[in-house]
Amino acid sequence: MLSEALLEVKNLETNFYTEEGVVKAVNNVSFSIGEQETVCIVGESGCGKSITSLSIMQLIPESGKIENGEVNFAGRNLLEMSKKEINRLRGNDIGMIFQEPMTSLNPVYTIGQQMIEPLQEHLLLSRKDAYKKAQELITLLGIPNSEKIINMYPHELSGGMLQRIMIGIAISCNPRLIIADEPTTALDVTIQAQILDILRDIKKELNTSILLITHDLGVVAEMADYVIVMYAGKIVERGPVMEMYTNPQHPYTKGLLKAKPLIGERKESLFTIAGQVPNLAELSDSCYFADRCEHRMDICLKKHPELKETSANHSVSCYLYEGEAVR
Amino acid sequence: MKQYVLQRFIQMIIILFGTSFIIFFLFAMLPGDYIDSNLSLTPERAQELKALYGLDQPMLQRYFTWLGNVFQGNLGYSLKHQESVTSLLNKYVWNSFIVALLALFLTWTIALLTGVLSAIKQYSLLDGIVTFFVFAAMSFPSFFISLLFIKWFGVDLKILPVGGMIDTGSNSTGFAYILEVGKHMILPVTILTLLSIGSLTRYFRTGMLEVIRQDYIRTARAKGLKESVVIFKHALKNAILPVITLLAFELPGLFSGAIIMEQIFNWPGVGRIQLESVSFRDYPVLMAFTLFLSCLTIIGNFLADVTYAAVDPRIRLK
Ligand SMILES: Nc1ncnc2c1ncn2[C@@H]1O[C@H](COP(=O)(O)OP(=O)(O)O)[C@@H](O)[C@H]1O
Ligand code: SF4
Ligand SMILES: [Mg+2]
Repeated sequence: MLSEALLEVKNLETNFYTEEGVVKAVNNVSFSIGEQETVCIVGESGCGKSITSLSIMQLIPESGKIENGEVNFAGRNLLEMSKKEINRLRGNDIGMIFQEPMTSLNPVYTIGQQMIEPLQEHLLLSRKDAYKKAQELITLLGIPNSEKIINMYPHELSGGMLQRIMIGIAISCNPRLIIADEPTTALDVTIQAQILDILRDIKKELNTSILLITHDLGVVAEMADYVIVMYAGKIVERGPVMEMYTNPQHPYTKGLLKAKPLIGERKESLFTIAGQVPNLAELSDSCYFADRCEHRMDICLKKHPELKETSANHSVSCYLYEGEAVR
Repeated sequence: MKQYVLQRFIQMIIILFGTSFIIFFLFAMLPGDYIDSNLSLTPERAQELKALYGLDQPMLQRYFTWLGNVFQGNLGYSLKHQESVTSLLNKYVWNSFIVALLALFLTWTIALLTGVLSAIKQYSLLDGIVTFFVFAAMSFPSFFISLLFIKWFGVDLKILPVGGMIDTGSNSTGFAYILEVGKHMILPVTILTLLSIGSLTRYFRTGMLEVIRQDYIRTARAKGLKESVVIFKHALKNAILPVITLLAFELPGLFSGAIIMEQIFNWPGVGRIQLESVSFRDYPVLMAFTLFLSCLTIIGNFLADVTYAAVDPRIRLK
């Protein structure tokens, strides 16, 4: 870690109460993000990445409930704050970017009207100044004709443009942390690279920390300082980015790395991990990865292994690394 | 946008003509008329009268004569009231109109508020109670509620008049007159509101619940906006858009829905005139009223489409 933690998530648990039963979407998750650090959360779809980030912002859907844990931001627990205090933080100290730029902006208001809102709310700018700042942001994000764009409606812009606007909104109040939930997944490959470049530039310029969620290990390699691998609502491995690529430990992490096409390398077909993420409402007492794991042992079926540090800053949750005694 | 409005306008004109023809045609097809049903006339006299009213000419010719007259504001002559239909309608339509307008206003206000309330507090006790009342109001027949209210408020409690528009034999003027009419309006307006509130509330409720789950609402919250701004600025505008079209259907609906209400409350409106004309086969009045409702519906539709286009940028900018 580069310096003291800006965000510290401790034993976070978020459940959904559905007809099927209790969905343990975020299951005892702990991690921290230092100042100016980029942390990536990776994992297949449905592993609880989005709900983890939404829990931090307390924006989870109605049927979800944060049942346990702490989310300490700059030393204060967000989960104990009043609504008013949370609102002062959202969009101001923490900016958020979502997966679907096409639906993330309100169709009946102009780009400008939506960009000035946080500026007026948090920075208390006048309408005129807010519009000026919004226009500057649009230019900064590499979109020409800002004076025209500002009066346009979301449906008139492409997904890539809209995602830039979303980034503009997220950074408009100089946040200390940006949470980006799969910001490039819905975009074309060429646009993806541009958006990542923008995020990197912003980080340098504004000295923010970034929590980047992705299922694309290529993105991780380009952006991350620290990597968190999630599976079935739990962290199964976490460590510095170099460690994760050179010394991956959890069978799931290894599988993900095998599935990732290396840049420049052509493969006939992508390796995929056989099987699928278990239903989070019907988790058994075993290691949640057990039915897809080729190293499965007897103990693996008894209890999910705990997350244990194996080297500096590198932890894994797998019995393979717990020594003979346990096995 | 301009082209769209023009297109819709031309479309509306064509539909208006088509509708007028269908109305005329249907009425011309109806067997019997005011003269046939009057048994006291000799066949010769009946023939004379038919010639006088132009009933013996070919239909197409009669249609164009009628249409030409309509354009001149001449909707024919009421055979029962012995008065021109235009002046007859003019006398009564405003009485219906104030009740309809007030009911419309109330319906929209209440539906809007309950819709928002449900969206904020879905499945809460309050939401449940409101939903229950809305459905109850919708499922009782109007004549039943009307009579029940007349018994409660007019007969038992004696706080509201049982019918009419003014007290019998009253000749109050100015403010006293307005107050008197207002008092008589309470029950009719309440009944009309109760009748139409159900469907609109349901539309608003589902609309709001749908909108509130959208990504852009989450974005609005992520920006740190107050919950009131999120609901009233970001959600409400999106929820209202699709409902604007309903406004067009509501207005003519209130007039036709008023037919029974006016009968029960003895309210001197067009609905009552209409019902009387049915029993007297006073076709000119019936035709005029049908034409009036159709035009209201068609023009309302046009206005709804144009307003919808004007407020929704996705259509406006096409
Ligand atoms: N609104 C919801 N109601 C019930 N379950 C949900 C809801 N949203 C997400 N979940 C469940 O939570 C789990 C994690 O979802 P999510 O965080 O969106 O996954 P990811 O972002 O990693 O693809 C999934 O199993 C999903 O089924
Ligand atoms: S604990 Fe067992 S089943 Fe789970 S990943 Fe490790 S070896 Fe595989
Ligand atoms: Mg997700």
